[in-house]
Amino acid sequence: MTDRPITEEDLHAYVDGWLDDARMAAVRGYLRDHPELAETLAAYDADRGTLREALRPFAEAPLPPTLDVRRLLEARRGRSDAWRLPVAASLVLAAGLAGGWAMRGMVVPQNGVAALAREAAESYLVYANDTERPVEIAAADEPKLVAWVSDRLQRHVAPPNLTAAGFRLLGGRLVTTPHGPAAMFLYEGARSQRLAVMVRPMANDKTTRMSEHGDHGVGGVSWANKGLGYSLVGSASARELHPIADEVRRATESHV
Amino acid sequence: MQDAIALIEPIIPALRRYAFSLVGPNGDADDLVQDCLERAIGRWGQRRVDGEVRTWLFSILHNLAVSRFRRTRRRGLGVALEDAPASALATLPAQEDVVRRRDLLRALGQLSEDQRSVLLLVSVEDLTYAQAARVLGLPLGTVMSRLSRARESLRKLMEGQPAKAARPALKIVK
Repeated sequence: MTDRPITEEDLHAYVDGWLDDARMAAVRGYLRDHPELAETLAAYDADRGTLREALRPFAEAPLPPTLDVRRLLEARRGRSDAWRLPVAASLVLAAGLAGGWAMRGMVVPQNGVAALAREAAESYLVYANDTERPVEIAAADEPKLVAWVSDRLQRHVAPPNLTAAGFRLLGGRLVTTPHGPAAMFLYEGARSQRLAVMVRPMANDKTTRMSEHGDHGVGGVSWANKGLGYSLVGSASARELHPIADEVRRATESHV
Repeated sequence: MQDAIALIEPIIPALRRYAFSLVGPNGDADDLVQDCLERAIGRWGQRRVDGEVRTWLFSILHNLAVSRFRRTRRRGLGVALEDAPASALATLPAQEDVVRRRDLLRALGQLSEDQRSVLLLVSVEDLTYAQAARVLGLPLGTVMSRLSRARESLRKLMEGQPAKAARPALKIVK
C-alpha cells in the first residue's frame, strides 16, 4: 500500500490536514525527494494560515439583529399567525397569500386538485368575510345564478343543497383563477360560520380522490369528478369539513 | 424548529465570513446571509435528512451569491477586503503580519470568483473537497484543479512573481 502513487489531491490534503498517518508519512517521504515541491507546499501552507488569520475578524464580528435566527423564525411565525386575525385584517392580508407562498420558498402548486385547493382558499379569504357583497347573485335568484355560472363554465354547475348538513346557501359568484373562471357558492351555518364550495373545469386531474388540506386557518377538502373540480373550504379543520364535503359530493354526483 | 436554531446558529459566523470574502465587505454580504437563513428556515423540512446542515447552508448561500453576481454583472469585490473597517488589521501585534495579511487579502480579491470560492471553502471554511464540490455543484476533479490554480495564483501574487514562474506548481515531475 505504501507505494500507491502520490496524487495532487494528496498534496492538497497534506496542506489541509486531511491525510491519515500512513498517507502523511508517504507524502513526507515524497517531499524529501522533491525539495522544490516541498517549498511550494510550505508556501501554500503559509498562505493558508495567513488567509485564515486575515479573515478571522469577519467571523468574530458581533452579529447584527438581522441575522438573529430566532428573530427570523419569530417573524415567520408572525406571518402565519396573522391569518388568525379577525375578519377585516384577513381581507387585507388575503392579497398577499400567493406572494407569501413563494416568499417562504414553498412550492406553489400550479395544476390539478392542489392548485384548485389553493385557489379556493384564496377566494374564500377574499369573499367569505365580505360584509358588503359576499355574493354576486343571492340564493333567492338561484336559477339566474345557475344559468350564469353554467354559461361561463360551459358545464351545468349548480350549488349543492347542504341544508341536511346545517348550511343554507347565501348565493354565489364567478371568481378568477389562473385556469379560467370558477364558480364559488357561499353557505352559512346556524352560528354564522361560512363555507365556500368552488367548482371549475379541470384540465388535468379529471377524476381524483378527496384530499384534505389546510393552511393559515383555512381548511378544505378537494377532489375532481368527471372533469369538474370541487373544493370545500372554511375556517375549520379539513377533518371537521370532511363530512360536509361528502355531502357536497353526494349532491353533485346525483345531479350531474 | 428548535433543532433548526441549534443547528443553524453556530454556522452563521462562518457563513458571514464566506459572504464577506466572496462579495466584499460593502457588497451586501449580510443581506445575502439573511436571505440564506430565511431560505434555510423556509425549506428546513425539505432538506435531505442525511445531508449535513453546514454543507447545505453553504450551498444556499453560494447559489444566492452567484445569482447576485449575475444580476449585478459585478464579479469583483465591491470594496477591497483589506480596507474593510471590520477587519482587525489595525490592532494586530506584529507589523510584518499586518502587511502580509493586507497583501494576502488584496491578492484574494484579484482571484477570479471561481478560484476564490473554492479556496475559501477549503482553506478557510474547512470543507472537505467532496463537500466543496457539492456546494459548488461541480465534479470533484474540477474542484481540485480550481484549488490548484487558486493556490498557485495566490502564491505568485504573494511572491510578486509574474504569471509564468519557473517553479512547477503542483505538477509532479520525475
